Amino acid sequence: MQGLTTHNLSCIRGERAVFAGLDLAVNPGRAILLSGANGSGKSSLLRVLAGLLPAAGGHIEWEGTDIAQDPDAHRARVAYIGHSDPLKPSMTATENLRFWAQLYGLDPSVEPALYQFSIEHLADVPARYFSAGQKRRLNLARLAAGQNSPSGPTLWLLDEPATGLDPGAVSMLANTILAHLSNEGTAIISTHGGRLDELLADHADHVTLQTSQSEFAR
Amino acid sequence: MFHRFANPARFSRIAARVLPWSTAATIILFVVGLYFALFASPADYQQGDTVRIMYVHVPSAWIAMGCYTFIALMSAIALIWKHPLADIAARAAAPLGAGFTLIVLITGSLWGKPTWGTWWVWDARLTSVLVLFFLYLGHIALTNAFDNPQRGARAAAVLALVGFVNIPIIKFSVDWWNTLHQPASVTRLDAPAIDPAMLTPLLLMALAFLLYFITMLLVRMRSDLNAARARALRLSAAE
Amino acid sequence: MIGLGLLIRRELGLALRGGTDAVMAVVFFVLAAVLFPFGVGTDPAMLPRIGGGIIWVVALLAAMLSLERMFASDHEDGSLDLLYLSPVGLGTLALAKAVAHWLTTGVLLLIAAPILALLYNVPANAFGALVASMLLGTPILSLVGGIGAALTLGARRGGVLLALLILPLYIPVLIFGAGAIDGAIAGRPIAPQLMVLGGFLLAALALAPWATAAALRQAIE
Repeated sequence: MQGLTTHNLSCIRGERAVFAGLDLAVNPGRAILLSGANGSGKSSLLRVLAGLLPAAGGHIEWEGTDIAQDPDAHRARVAYIGHSDPLKPSMTATENLRFWAQLYGLDPSVEPALYQFSIEHLADVPARYFSAGQKRRLNLARLAAGQNSPSGPTLWLLDEPATGLDPGAVSMLANTILAHLSNEGTAIISTHGGRLDELLADHADHVTLQTSQSEFAR
Repeated sequence: MFHRFANPARFSRIAARVLPWSTAATIILFVVGLYFALFASPADYQQGDTVRIMYVHVPSAWIAMGCYTFIALMSAIALIWKHPLADIAARAAAPLGAGFTLIVLITGSLWGKPTWGTWWVWDARLTSVLVLFFLYLGHIALTNAFDNPQRGARAAAVLALVGFVNIPIIKFSVDWWNTLHQPASVTRLDAPAIDPAMLTPLLLMALAFLLYFITMLLVRMRSDLNAARARALRLSAAE
Repeated sequence: MIGLGLLIRRELGLALRGGTDAVMAVVFFVLAAVLFPFGVGTDPAMLPRIGGGIIWVVALLAAMLSLERMFASDHEDGSLDLLYLSPVGLGTLALAKAVAHWLTTGVLLLIAAPILALLYNVPANAFGALVASMLLGTPILSLVGGIGAALTLGARRGGVLLALLILPLYIPVLIFGAGAIDGAIAGRPIAPQLMVLGGFLLAALALAPWATAAALRQAIE
């Protein structure tokens, strides 16, 4: 049975149709690399798939079952990385990461996750002293924390996760994603090309969103 | 995409057909109602001709309160069934409700000067209407506070329901506060048995106000729909 | 429940480390109350009579000052998305935020209020009513205020808008809070006012987190 499928999915923001009639399918152990120009709806699609945005039409299935039937179960299987890093400047790396781990019922010992992104030396440093790239690494370490827990999320929705990362960190991210895929996980990743795409190429399918010649209601 | 606006399109057509009739009926009712209110009804034996303010004041108060209920109902429909027309109806009704509330306050004040000797008394009913006015202002401000009009409409819908739940609580509190603080010198204008000769103009005027409200609501909803369509067309032309 | 405790602890930790918001609210509370005698005079017969009402009015305004930030930073840095996706849910989040707001603002107002009552020469027999009414009333300010904070997330002119939305809803608390103090000064029983405030608090506890959650859901979209 397939992992995630969408049927005729569409999304409207304000009065603008962001995308329409979208059919996607991704199997366990595979990833989708989403590309498309600015404004083509990559972020909106990821938010719809995460359940953060309502779809205007169509439906999303997980293993053949409409996710609308059990939204809580769907939320439990999603790990979402958005544009901004949800970190509190006054809390240390460990505290930030542990809060999210505990809230999601994951293993609260987060040191291995910090190691995985080489920020273990920042464990006790408040996040306000972090560079943009270090903040992103800490945000991505949430994925590693989920991976290290038995009940971690299976569907990763990553919105341009490599933004602000140096090449070393991109490799760490790629390794984390590949480990997730090899563990029968699924990922949908929006990118603008680059090293991450190359590193994941063997395990990913490409989908390009067209800037919709937006349909407007008359 | 089209089903989303299919309903509004049908609404626009129906509204276009209803509008001439409702406009004509409003004008006729106003003429007849004003004739009864100003000429064909007796002056009050205590208040004299000032009682004629009632024919504007009381219908406005009915509409002002009914309008908030209407907005709350539309908000519930908008939130539960996500019906786009309900959002538009609530957004179109709020300034009308605020306008009628303002009329209640102004005519109440004009009525109070000869009757009570002051422009304003902290009478329980007037005070409650003043609070209602602020609820309307908050609703209108929240509707227009966002770059995304849909976000404004949804937030205002939640606010309208919160306000609707609170109105009885506020009314109860203000009544309680009023009995505690009411100075004895002020005569209350509690509704005495109303003279049938006054009832006819009152009901006529109430009907005229109601039809005016409905007509204006349809006009505002239609222009709102047209504006949304214009925005959509501009957006698609830009791409 | 585990989630509620976790969220409250996080809010309190953040407030202790970064937030001067709560302290500023109390400073505003005292300062604004001190302004009134400059405006209305210091007639010793009048000040005790208006003191209770002024303390309550200023408490409403002070509680509102720190409301604007209740969800703002979580909205800006994307935490709100993750809080929504978490198993804990937005209703629990709303309740946790209101509890944390009360612990960092309401409790401080509660402590400062008797000092202001002294400045206004409020008779000693009304102090119990003051503290009891604020104990029951200030949590309502936090709970109902949370709805306004969630509704105005991402709005233009959020602060002023928040005041316009929330202050009319605060009127019942003001009436019965100040009414309890008035009653105590006049020697009337104050149990009715306190019971009404208690009823309001229970209703707010049941309904406000739910309304706040609905407003937050709109803000996430």
